[in-house]
Amino acid sequence: MIEARDLTKRFGPKVAVDHLSFTVEPGRVTGFLGPNGAGKSTTMRLVLGLDLPQGGTATINGRRYRDLPSPLRTVGALLEARAVHTGRSAFNHLLFLAQTQGLPRRRVEEVIDLVGLTTVAGKRAGGFSLGMSQRLGIAAALLGDPQVLVLDEPVNGLDPEGILWIRNLMKALAAEGRTVFVSSHLMNEMAVTADHLIVIGRGRLIADCSTQEFIARSAEQSVLVRTPDPDRLAAAITAAGGNVKVADENADPGGPAAGGATALGVTGLPAARIGELAAAASVVLHELTPRVGSLEEAFMELTADSVEYGQPGQPGQPGQPAQPAHPEQPAVTGRAAGPAAAGSAPGGQDR
Amino acid sequence: MTSAAPARPASPPAPPARRAGFGHVLLSEWTKIRSVRSTVWSLILLVVLTLGITILITAITSAQWNKIGAASRTQIRLDPTNGILGAGLQFGQLTIIVLGVLLITSEYSTGVIRASLLAVPRRLPMLAAKGLVFAAITLVLGEIVMFASFFIGAAILHSHVPVSLSSPNVTRAVVGGGLYLAVLGLFALSIGALVRHTAGAITGVIAFVIVAEPLSSLIPGPWGDHIHDYLPTVAGRLVIQTARTSHQVLSAWQGFGVFCLWTAALFVAAAILLMRRDA
Repeated sequence: MIEARDLTKRFGPKVAVDHLSFTVEPGRVTGFLGPNGAGKSTTMRLVLGLDLPQGGTATINGRRYRDLPSPLRTVGALLEARAVHTGRSAFNHLLFLAQTQGLPRRRVEEVIDLVGLTTVAGKRAGGFSLGMSQRLGIAAALLGDPQVLVLDEPVNGLDPEGILWIRNLMKALAAEGRTVFVSSHLMNEMAVTADHLIVIGRGRLIADCSTQEFIARSAEQSVLVRTPDPDRLAAAITAAGGNVKVADENADPGGPAAGGATALGVTGLPAARIGELAAAASVVLHELTPRVGSLEEAFMELTADSVEYGQPGQPGQPGQPAQPAHPEQPAVTGRAAGPAAAGSAPGGQDR
Repeated sequence: MTSAAPARPASPPAPPARRAGFGHVLLSEWTKIRSVRSTVWSLILLVVLTLGITILITAITSAQWNKIGAASRTQIRLDPTNGILGAGLQFGQLTIIVLGVLLITSEYSTGVIRASLLAVPRRLPMLAAKGLVFAAITLVLGEIVMFASFFIGAAILHSHVPVSLSSPNVTRAVVGGGLYLAVLGLFALSIGALVRHTAGAITGVIAFVIVAEPLSSLIPGPWGDHIHDYLPTVAGRLVIQTARTSHQVLSAWQGFGVFCLWTAALFVAAAILLMRRDA
């Protein structure tokens, strides 16, 4: 279990972590979310005793990290993948870490097999790809068979296969009753991995709840409506206080030209009310589907005020949330979880 | 690299979580030092450079004996260990400086320092173990190189300057050469830990060792003599002298003591900053 109480860290005039309190419980994967520069890495470094806080405390199983008698047997951490001497072999990197805890050489061989680096264990780590470095980092984290894992952006730079591997590993570790605390700025990755979320922005706590609750609470519910008579329906909905947007027309299999229907995205009214309005106006409906917002939307909406870099108000201001036509369309998930997204976000190590 | 299957960590029979001892940290630092090529190459270079320069200088001295002037001849007769060991040490020490600095700055430049401090979160044992292991290596190798240099150099100069270990102060001077290298390694390591950047730290040590000495020689009078003699490596190298010159403020062991104090002060400063700074 990880506990942060009133944790505060300033770098000069800049407040990186601002009176942050949270608890990471064992037995589940806790996602640590925030835009770049929100203070995720700094918080993890404070928990691990690498950075010293100006205020507050961080404890692991009730002790400060530096007071742990055999830290690697209690906590495994992955901070940055490339934190390996380029001239040292993977085996020797893990060996010197193991020796500090009195762990046997056999354990080094075990974790090397576990992460699939057996064939390159004797090679200089400088020649490793980012994915291989990431696996070496995971091996170091698992070395002491710890009850608590702290992983900073573990899927960064991994190919889809590697992402799946990490995801399953984290779930398996949590299922064994371990505490798994994993940071990410990839919302959809967290949606499929994390059971619980801690969301921060500008060093402050924004949300601390289950993943489902986070989505339900944050993302505005919308209803997808297909009708061949969009103008009359839109007028009826607007009159009843709802908001209507024309969704991507091409998304309709037939398309209007083929005698199909237009897709509308409706917010502000429940699906049942829209059905009643359509019946009252004698408008034919082809489809009436409530949509649950994606984690990505929920996150954008919540952190819109606290984005460190970039333009405020884009893309999701509170009150007028970003509204893709089909939030849970595979394209969205694929973009965020795929290697392209990981590659396009090299600034993941926010500090 | 293709294990996409969900991997469960093999749970070894967990030994009791006793506090990892200093011996474990020493072993870990030994693994770190021996597992990078720069260590091996630097130490090979130390041997080759020191012996090579010693042979070169003593051979030239021997061959040119009648042309080097009476003053130089007197100087070598008076202080043969400095004549034999001085030049080789002057070159060979550069490898120890670079290696000592790199031992710690390479951890910062590669990010390994985070892994090291996660494993040893009290931090000081890590720096102390690194210093101890490195000092032990440089002391053993330094003594070997110094004794080898002395025997080779003394043999080359034997017809002009008969000198052996039994001559006054000679054994102290040769042993002192190895001690000097060991302390110099800690001196460089401390500056590396303070500065944390390779280029800056190496420049800093070189400034002490190479630049400060001739600069201080320019200061006239007893003030200049004091400043010069109290410079860390100038003081430290007094230990390889057989005889004291007229300008010298410090004796051989006093000089070495001053060098040790400099190094201790820098090491303490490095340790305090290591504990207080964010890694």
